[in-house]
Amino acid sequence: MPTLFRNPIAFALVAIAVLLLLGSTISIVPETRQAVIVRFGEPVRIVNRYQPDEQFGSTGAGIIARLPFAEQIVWIDKRVLSVEMERQQVLSTDQLRLQVDAFARYRIVDPLRMYISAGSEDRVSEALRPILGSALRNELGKRPFAALLSPERGQVMQNIEAGLNRVARQYGAEIVDVRIKRADLPDGAPLESAFQRMRTAREQEALTIRAQGAKQAQIIRAEADASAARVYAESFGKDPSFYDFYRAMQSYRYTFDPGRSGQTSVILSPNNDFLREFQGK
Amino acid sequence: MKRIFGWMPRSIAAMSQGPWGNKDGGSGGGEGGNDGPRNPWTQPGSGNRPQPGRGPSAIEELLRRGRESFGGRGGGGGFGGIPQRPDGKPLWPIALGLIVLVWLALTCIHRVGPQERGVAMMLGKYSRTLTPGISITLPAPLETVQTVDVEEIRTIDIGSTSADQENLMLTGDQNIIDLAYSVRWNIRDPGLYMFQLSDPDSAIREVAESAMRSVVASVSLDEALGAGRTGIEQQVEQRMQEILDAYRSGVRVQGVAIKQADPPAAVNDAFKGVSAAQQAAQTDLNQARAYAQQQTARAQGEAAQFDKTYEQYKLSPEVTRRRMYYETMEQVLGNMDKTIVETGNVTPYLPLPELKRRAAQPAEPPVATTGAR
Repeated sequence: MPTLFRNPIAFALVAIAVLLLLGSTISIVPETRQAVIVRFGEPVRIVNRYQPDEQFGSTGAGIIARLPFAEQIVWIDKRVLSVEMERQQVLSTDQLRLQVDAFARYRIVDPLRMYISAGSEDRVSEALRPILGSALRNELGKRPFAALLSPERGQVMQNIEAGLNRVARQYGAEIVDVRIKRADLPDGAPLESAFQRMRTAREQEALTIRAQGAKQAQIIRAEADASAARVYAESFGKDPSFYDFYRAMQSYRYTFDPGRSGQTSVILSPNNDFLREFQGK
Repeated sequence: MKRIFGWMPRSIAAMSQGPWGNKDGGSGGGEGGNDGPRNPWTQPGSGNRPQPGRGPSAIEELLRRGRESFGGRGGGGGFGGIPQRPDGKPLWPIALGLIVLVWLALTCIHRVGPQERGVAMMLGKYSRTLTPGISITLPAPLETVQTVDVEEIRTIDIGSTSADQENLMLTGDQNIIDLAYSVRWNIRDPGLYMFQLSDPDSAIREVAESAMRSVVASVSLDEALGAGRTGIEQQVEQRMQEILDAYRSGVRVQGVAIKQADPPAAVNDAFKGVSAAQQAAQTDLNQARAYAQQQTARAQGEAAQFDKTYEQYKLSPEVTRRRMYYETMEQVLGNMDKTIVETGNVTPYLPLPELKRRAAQPAEPPVATTGAR
């Protein structure tokens, strides 16, 4: 040993060898990963496997040892993963089209099965994607358009989830959630016709509002006229003959007002009542 | 690290010198003579450069230094940079000890800010969450700490308020609305946030879009445009929180704010037409109300005038009646041309041409025909 310390190159070589051995024996399993330990291609055990209701800190994560060079670790994500579906065009039972974007979240609950059947998380996503699409199309295609708008409330999503789960289980995965992200009318004719419908609805509303306004205005005017007539009648009705005289006087003033009707000439007879006193009788 | 930095500059210098020397050596002595005046700063020794043996010797120098520095790890003192202690023992164990101390200080003591939490992991396994203040953990490879800001409110904007980008959604009455909104959230449980979802940020975004669309699909267009906005915001927030809780994401949704809810640009004119119609209807109503006010006031005024007169009239009807008659006649006849004609024996002459002329020239003062003016 002392000779080893005196020969630095040998010491370094030994140190490197020890480090390599340690590195291939000891591994750290983080909380976010599951590890499948494979001995010469044969899976022997699983570390930090997902358990429902587990608490972090009491999982299988931590330091593990394995046989160096003989055993390899296949890392599998333990977290909830997402698979996004390509846009699907769904045809409703009343022949209307809808573009749907959906996503599913899943978790690998059986890493061993997943390792054997798919190999990696990406392959699971790839396998689930078309199935999610077709499940969605099938399930939504059974419904009228109006029901598609709020499919979350119905049985629809649960059916899709159940269908997807059957497939996912083959890959050792479990679907956590399936959800429609967007549901839009396809561009072009369907969108245009929807816009057209909205436009005509608004035009109709505008016309209705105008007509209602005119009607209300007319009613208000009529009521005012009626109430004015009532006021007049109440007041003038007290003495119709005096009203006749009173109103005639007003009318004369108004009619013969030079400012209004210009210069007027009258021809009077001395017998006129107004000129009665002219004759000194 | 210190060792490497001490070694690097020397080797770089050695390498850069080598090729230079080689190049000049290959290009011949004639050019070397030309170099002299162009580079007044070159050392006088640069005249040695063209020597053919310079290149190989530089490589040897590099190798030698490399060996020295490698050997320095074991034997010490070979590397010129580190002096020896007086008693001849090497100084490097002390340096190593210092490095270890610094490393311990850096990795064992963690300062967690008041808005942060530290997630400590013991060899990859979650051990505890560090609260604000100074905490002490095991050194780095054994225990690592990741700090997460839990108070910071993060915002996700979906849709945009600019006119050229639309985020169209279908409402419950199969209309289309252009919505822009933002979601504010923060981290409630740093452990869950780090370990549960593979991509929490995009998951929150997807959940927000999904929740918003499902809520909007359950209300009418008018509600979404106007009065229902607060209700929608609350429902989306609640829905998002439910979904994220179901994921055990460790995220708390702080709020959803609808920044803009407009009809799509394609139908905007029709919507403006509606408000124009509302304005027009309002104008109509205002005019009618003004007319009504006017009519009633006039009726009341006239009635009051008549009533007052009538009160006086009743006191002495005949006199009042005559008085009113004369006053009116005075006023009426006082302003007009009068012709008094004796009935029976005089044929009344009506100056019709004169009247016509007057009508044509209203400004001209009237010509008195017969009688007083």
